[in-house]
Amino acid sequence: MKKILNLFAVILLAASAHAKLNVVATTPDFGAIAQEIGGDKIELITLAKPTEDPHFVDAKPSFIVKLNRAEVLIEGGAELEIGWLPPLVQGARNSKIEAGKPGRVSCSEGISLLEIPTTLDRSKGDIHASGNPHYMADPANAKIVAEHICKSFCEIDAKSCDAFKANLKKFNERLDGKMAEWQKLLAPFRGKQVVTYHNSWPYFAKRFDLKMDLFLEPKPGIPPSPAHLAEVITKMKSENIKVVLAQPYQNRKTAEAVASHSGAVVLDFPTFPGKTSATYAEWMDSLVKSLATALEGKK
Amino acid sequence: MKILKMIGLSSALCLSVTTLPAQETNEVGQLKKQLQQMQESFEKVSRAQQQQIEALTKKLDEFTKTQTAPVAAAPKTEEQKNLETQLAAELSKDSVTNTVLTESALKKPWSASDPMRVLGSGSSYLNVSLDGLFAAGGSTAEDIPGLQLGGHDPNQRGFTVQNVEAVFEGFVDPYFRGQANIIYQIDAEGESVVELEEAYAESLSLPGNLQLKAGQYFTEFGRLNPTHPHAWSFVDLPLVNGRFLGGDGLRNPGARLSWLMPTPFYSELFLGVQNSHGETAQSFRNEHEGEPFLGRVHNVGRVKSFGDLLFTPRYATSFDLSDTQTLLLGASGAFGPNASGADTDTQIYGVDLFWKWKPANHHGGFPFVSWQTEAMLRKYQAGAFSNIGDDADSSGAIDKGETDSFGDGLIHNVPRETLTDYGFYSQVAYGFRKGWVANLRGEYVTRTRAAAYEKLYGDDSDRLARWRISPNLTWYPSEFSKLRLQYNYDHGQSFGTEHSIWLQLEFLLGPHGAHKF
Repeated sequence: MKKILNLFAVILLAASAHAKLNVVATTPDFGAIAQEIGGDKIELITLAKPTEDPHFVDAKPSFIVKLNRAEVLIEGGAELEIGWLPPLVQGARNSKIEAGKPGRVSCSEGISLLEIPTTLDRSKGDIHASGNPHYMADPANAKIVAEHICKSFCEIDAKSCDAFKANLKKFNERLDGKMAEWQKLLAPFRGKQVVTYHNSWPYFAKRFDLKMDLFLEPKPGIPPSPAHLAEVITKMKSENIKVVLAQPYQNRKTAEAVASHSGAVVLDFPTFPGKTSATYAEWMDSLVKSLATALEGKK
Repeated sequence: MKILKMIGLSSALCLSVTTLPAQETNEVGQLKKQLQQMQESFEKVSRAQQQQIEALTKKLDEFTKTQTAPVAAAPKTEEQKNLETQLAAELSKDSVTNTVLTESALKKPWSASDPMRVLGSGSSYLNVSLDGLFAAGGSTAEDIPGLQLGGHDPNQRGFTVQNVEAVFEGFVDPYFRGQANIIYQIDAEGESVVELEEAYAESLSLPGNLQLKAGQYFTEFGRLNPTHPHAWSFVDLPLVNGRFLGGDGLRNPGARLSWLMPTPFYSELFLGVQNSHGETAQSFRNEHEGEPFLGRVHNVGRVKSFGDLLFTPRYATSFDLSDTQTLLLGASGAFGPNASGADTDTQIYGVDLFWKWKPANHHGGFPFVSWQTEAMLRKYQAGAFSNIGDDADSSGAIDKGETDSFGDGLIHNVPRETLTDYGFYSQVAYGFRKGWVANLRGEYVTRTRAAAYEKLYGDDSDRLARWRISPNLTWYPSEFSKLRLQYNYDHGQSFGTEHSIWLQLEFLLGPHGAHKF
């Protein structure tokens, strides 16, 4: 009996939620921005978990159902979700989220992607043909993404367009204000080298004038070898590099080992907002502040 | 200037290559040396260029960063004017951001300083990839092809080219996606074989949550049948698939409609109609190359009516048991005539289960645990059969010079009967660290009871009970290659116990393929 009641509740909920725009975001960073722009006018589902490797999300059949009912799909593009999104969209048979429709937001559009390879050669590791897809680590790109999302929402739900535009303005103003603060915080460390596990942060490095081109992985996607780690440690010692960044899903043991051998600290660097921070600005804020503290402490 | 030099160099390279075959052997050595030198200098030039480009881009970046206002020398375009007003507004707000977002910035045209985009997935009409699957190893069995039921299984001592697969895939237009898988194989005799494994179009925008697939394709029966050998967790085909669906899998030309049902959980209904004849329809209208199959010589006639086609319904449903666990269940059927007599049908029923656990902080998809099981039951109506027709001179026996299907010179009369067989496999995969997976598979196939034909001339090894245990260890150096070591403990009523060991290598060239769940 209780089960049947629950089912009814679910159906009712679904019915009442129908007035809202059904939005599916592939990763939590796009989800966070969509929530800020959409406010209470949207019902948001984010597919990837904040702690998981966004390249290797399982194409669960339950996602097909979510995409089937979506009115907007927000994806990163640039091969970020290439390993799992195409069969889901194909299975969802939802014309609203077809490529080219207003319901399909490809966030990488209009963003100058870094590291576009001039030749496609996988002996250099797992390269991305359209450039490095981790562009959300630059707040300037987040503004472009927010604009894309607002445009799509407006086209689909014209009635709420003013609200979306107001939210976009708020989002941009907040980011602009914060940007000054972040740049000031990281200004003393201009040109400083930081070690990262994977090449996930070139946009962050470029924005804040840091160097993040020393990796624990010998080549993108190739697991660290002791020989390569030894090289990294030697370099860290000789160049006095004191911070190693680790994302939630990366092997912390490896990062800790490198840090202990080189006298550096391991800094948790969440890939996405969602776990410890709710909004995009909070996430970026935590990244910048923790990095500034780590660099300060070991200067 | 550098580019000119490069062109000169490369054309020189081309020239030197084209003149090679005409020269004598000592000159070949010289030329090789020259070629090497040229290559070296070519690489040096391109390296230097690369460095220069990088340096310039860096400079350009710095330049644009320090630049505070646009240079006003050139006549102002609409875009520049827009930019200026935007900038003025932004600057007066005392904001530090240096990205100005306008409509024109979003749709900026290509400029000469942008890197050229090379062919990659998503940027071309046709995605082409090539997958090579090879095996090496051996077995205690005399008759390895008899032991390994899969058409792409390792089938001889030494090396086997299991499967070299070319995949062509892309969107046809706003209505269809197309895919073709063409297989190259070198069989145990060293003969090259080409197979059109799949070539089909799939609809993109049918109304009512429907989807149509048409062409030549693997029947969506269970979990393993519709997948290609390189996606399997073991080097070989499960026994139950081999016996009921055939060594090359159940696939034929046809069409299939599927319906994504409006349930809160995933649930999909498939209905397929395919040709029921040919060598890839093992349990249906297949002549088995004239060899007796289940005690009868089979004869394939024409398709006379709609009822002569193969019908393949399937239902699949899935639940997320928790944030980290997913369950997928399916039930499939394949119904169609077989070629053992007039009005004889085959029914195959299957159930399948797939469960997977993957933690919320996996790296590259690891660690994970998955469990997959499929069980099948086949009911084969075998027609009454007599080889009396082979006795051309009505002598009461098959004499020399007459076609002898059974090879024993006798005339056999087998009554019509229904043969029921079943089997299953169950496999567990444990991805214990990035790139490493330990797999274990157990399987069993058997008949329910001895058939009339088996009482007449002995048990049929295609129906006798058989089981197999296969552990393997698989290493994926990257997503695009794999090495696998597998051991098979094989036990069958007809052959006793055999041991086999196989090492498998796979490589994949081309754009990143997506994985279905």
